[in-house]
Amino acid sequence: MEEFKVPPPSKINYLNAEYGLKSWLLTRDHKRIALLYLGSISFFFMIGGIYAMLIRLELLTPHGQLLTSTTYNKVFTQHGIIMVFFFLIPSIPATLGNFLVPLMIGAKDLAFPRINLLSWYIYMLGGIVTIYALLAGGVDTGWTFYVPFSTTFSNSYVVATGLGIFISGFSSILTGLNFIVTIHTMRAPGMTWFRMPLFIWAHYATSLIMILGTPVIAITILLLAFERLAHVGIFDPALGGDPILFQHLFWFYSHPAVYIMVLPGMGVVSELIANFSRKNVFGYKFVAFSSLAIAIFGFLVWGHHLFVASQSVYAGMIFSFLSFAVAIPSAVKVFNWSATLYKGSISYETPMLYGLGFIGLFTIGGMTGLFLAALAVDVHLSDTYFVIAHFHYIMVGGTLLAYLGGLHYWWPKITGRMYPEGWGRFSALVVFIGFNLTFLPQFVLGYMGMPRRYHYYPEEFQVLHVLSTAGASILGVGLLIPAIYLLWSMRYGPIAPANPWHLPGLEWRTQSPPPTENFEQTPVVTWEAYEFAPIDEMEVVGRYGESKAEV
Amino acid sequence: MQSWIPFIPESASTESSKVDALYFYLSGVTVFFTLLIAGVIILFVVRYRRRTPFEVPRPIAGSHTLETLWSVIPFVIAMSIFAWGASLYFHQFRPPNNAVEVYVVAKQWMWKFQHATGQREINELHVPVGQKVKLIMASEDVIHDFFVPAFRVKNDVVPGKYTTLWFEATKPGTYHLFCAEYCGMNHSQMVGSIVVMNPTEFNNWLSGNVNQQSAASSGQQLYQTLGCASCHGNNGEGGRGPALLGVFNSNVQLATGQTIRADEGYLRESILNPQAKIVNGFGPIMPTFQGVVNEEQNVQLIAYIKSLGTQAAGAAGAPGAQGSPKPPVREPTK
Amino acid sequence: MAESYATEHEVSHPGLQHHFENMDQQREASALGMWVFLVTEIMFFGGMFLAYTLYRWKYPESFEVASNHLDIWLGAVNTVVLICSSFTMALTVYCTQIGRQQLQILFLVLTMIFGVTFLGIKAVEYKQKYDDNLIPGRLIPGHPFNPSVQEEGKPADKHKLHLIPGATVRNVELFYWIYFAMTGMHALHMIIGLGIMLVLLFFSVRGRYGPEYHNPIEISGLYWHFVDIVWIFLFPLLYLLGRHIGHG
Repeated sequence: MEEFKVPPPSKINYLNAEYGLKSWLLTRDHKRIALLYLGSISFFFMIGGIYAMLIRLELLTPHGQLLTSTTYNKVFTQHGIIMVFFFLIPSIPATLGNFLVPLMIGAKDLAFPRINLLSWYIYMLGGIVTIYALLAGGVDTGWTFYVPFSTTFSNSYVVATGLGIFISGFSSILTGLNFIVTIHTMRAPGMTWFRMPLFIWAHYATSLIMILGTPVIAITILLLAFERLAHVGIFDPALGGDPILFQHLFWFYSHPAVYIMVLPGMGVVSELIANFSRKNVFGYKFVAFSSLAIAIFGFLVWGHHLFVASQSVYAGMIFSFLSFAVAIPSAVKVFNWSATLYKGSISYETPMLYGLGFIGLFTIGGMTGLFLAALAVDVHLSDTYFVIAHFHYIMVGGTLLAYLGGLHYWWPKITGRMYPEGWGRFSALVVFIGFNLTFLPQFVLGYMGMPRRYHYYPEEFQVLHVLSTAGASILGVGLLIPAIYLLWSMRYGPIAPANPWHLPGLEWRTQSPPPTENFEQTPVVTWEAYEFAPIDEMEVVGRYGESKAEV
Repeated sequence: MQSWIPFIPESASTESSKVDALYFYLSGVTVFFTLLIAGVIILFVVRYRRRTPFEVPRPIAGSHTLETLWSVIPFVIAMSIFAWGASLYFHQFRPPNNAVEVYVVAKQWMWKFQHATGQREINELHVPVGQKVKLIMASEDVIHDFFVPAFRVKNDVVPGKYTTLWFEATKPGTYHLFCAEYCGMNHSQMVGSIVVMNPTEFNNWLSGNVNQQSAASSGQQLYQTLGCASCHGNNGEGGRGPALLGVFNSNVQLATGQTIRADEGYLRESILNPQAKIVNGFGPIMPTFQGVVNEEQNVQLIAYIKSLGTQAAGAAGAPGAQGSPKPPVREPTK
Repeated sequence: MAESYATEHEVSHPGLQHHFENMDQQREASALGMWVFLVTEIMFFGGMFLAYTLYRWKYPESFEVASNHLDIWLGAVNTVVLICSSFTMALTVYCTQIGRQQLQILFLVLTMIFGVTFLGIKAVEYKQKYDDNLIPGRLIPGHPFNPSVQEEGKPADKHKLHLIPGATVRNVELFYWIYFAMTGMHALHMIIGLGIMLVLLFFSVRGRYGPEYHNPIEISGLYWHFVDIVWIFLFPLLYLLGRHIGHG
């Protein structure tokens, strides 16, 4: 590997280059925008989390003693909407992706910094409209907005909520557009496609879904709103329309949207596994192309949400077949990650614990997806708690764990401070245990026939619900701990060196936190991805002390 | 209400054990691969833990053999699941011909049933053991979903069309009926039970409810009170409107030249939206009954039309030209 | 004036943003960005095209009746107008690239005139539909969808729906909703396009664009052509398919 000197530490970085509220609200620096996103999605995550706790508390008893049915319906709807559209979809791309895509490919910024800032404002506007809808009275249609309930029968703020989602969709489109153009045109000299970290490949695939899928949900919500306001008939069977058309349009976006949520997580995990075992990713090209394969196949499987929705039997078979096909690239990733560990030099810092947890939980989430792709079994399982458990394994066990892992991993780069390692490991363990206790019982509930979105339920299901709620409490605590110590570390954590983990990636070859233009001079890349250089014994003296290059 | 295996619901239909078998296969595959991955990871993580802070392992590029293996093997396993699941599904969604029919109308938030013999029930459905039962389901308002976990069957009930579902109960007992598609405020209370009885008990139950009219005769009454008879003839023999005798399941030629099979869906559409598919030789003179008859009355009318005789699919059934609207002579099967 | 922007490795253009290495990279990025954006636009319209396809297949007679009620001449004239505007837009880009500023402004203005003409004709069409009570649902409060139907044996009236067997007023309403949704969305894109051109015109007059720097003109041209192409699909689908000669 070429000698690549980490620049001498400079007092000026992106955080202290400018001061004042205006310097943040009008910033065009992708790193600052990432932090704006980080703050806002954390806020939405908190709201969604409060709803989740309300759901779990309510389900402690089968008789619905805490909330009325209407309130309960609103709570699970709003939990879904906030978590999906305002946390999971922007989570990794808009924060870690925004921060790291230019850094990892050696660019000064994203291709369109103004559009990047605009996307945050659009996101916030969508969020504010949605919050308004929630405060005004909420929405009770389920996050899926199925017609004709949402268009004709619901007495809640469907249009306002839809408008919020419609608006925030554009922020997702703009982020995807920015990433695609940046990855195509802004790579540093020598940063060829196959030298890019897999995080970038994953974000490229994610961006493809964002730009191809999001416009479809936009028009779908628009049509839904007109249908509700003006009764034009497009989805209303009483007027000749077809309610199943809505489901097709909705899932054409919302199934690929699952991959918007999990692909960036896979990108993060590829980084974590490779870097904490100091090994190049096994089968780099297979992992890279499996991301693209998932993005493309992901658009062909939406019909597996309609196996019992009066879709034709033959359509069901085709969608089932394709759904099994999309499982293969995901399996390839899991096997490659496992093989990466072989003969590595594995350390167990917090991010790696999250990464390993991700593989385990994603395996369970993916395998249970096969149950739902298998037609006859899905007939029994669809709209039961099995589905709930399955997608929480993908979205919480997958995306959220990857997000937390990535946040810890790049925390020194983002804030210039180290987080407390002991607390980190402890909370990773608590999250893992709490998560499994919450959602494993739900698989069982589902096969036993417990339908989703049930406020009252038969008493024989209570034991498993109580277990699940107990798990959710542990999970809640597990998530509170990092929230506290990460905030604490921003001020009191040990100063982070430029490259605390001794890694070869470009983002580690600039100071922590990076300067506004990322690199003192445009880097020239002469090494492959994950090409680990011999580590000088002197460099690792003192765990978080200043490394040699900075002394 | 559990079977002898923990965490498996009661299995009480001919299909349920087949679905369970596939479920066990899937569970086996899942447990195997999860343990395999977890085992490999734990093994590697322990075995190859970092021993000195500055060691750098030798890079390993990858292996095409391995990549091929772990793409092909999962694919083969996936295809086995696919084929198994698809064949069961195909069977589940093809109602057998010798099933007794029960009409189901779903509305916020109740299930209404009417047996072919006339008995009506709400939120409770009595069926005999060993008899194939086909449900013809309609919704008055939003999408509902008929779900009986013990039978492993489920199908959406979609407004604007008929959906069907069939099962054959194997074990007497009372089983949960759930609405599985979110349908508004009291969705979780849109539940009921399926009471499976021995055939003799079921007959007793039926005879205890004889004071109710059959669906067809309720339909016949509606046919008269709604004035259908003035165009379609007193006994469905036809007139200004097409004859209804033997029309069910026959092929009807439309004014547009198309031929269409007169199934439940077509009859329903022709009552609610008569202009949509007009029988060749007739004018668009029938008023719409949208808003006049509800889904329940609709199924009664259709039951009446069915009682006027069925014609095996495939027979030429184009009604005559205007002026002689009597269909070709047909023997009603009932 | 370029001197003040000189950096150590190249004399950069005032249009070059700080995070790009050079003009080529910037041009490539903005062109690719616009193409990607147009892909999202295709998907956006795609949802409506899908709805159109489904209902055309489901209710072919009603769609034929409804389509026959549209004014094919206004539609055809509008098609020609839009094609002309695309042509003048292409000339605008060309004149910018070769540095003919006067012509560039002239063609830009012509493009805008064509665009406004299109919208004007569209407005006339919408007004006709309004007069015939063809606005679907409750889109306009107090003016529900309520067309009168041509009766057998009465003299033909072009303001009435000529129902053929199999067509129903209810399904004609569906066609009109799709018609208004698609053409309305298209018109909205035209209006946005005209807004962009107003900005371009402002800067063109101040001489900002020339052979060195013409990205904004180029990518706005791409956008304009896209909007044009959407109409090229809408016109046959909405006006021509299933039309009886001499019926409209």
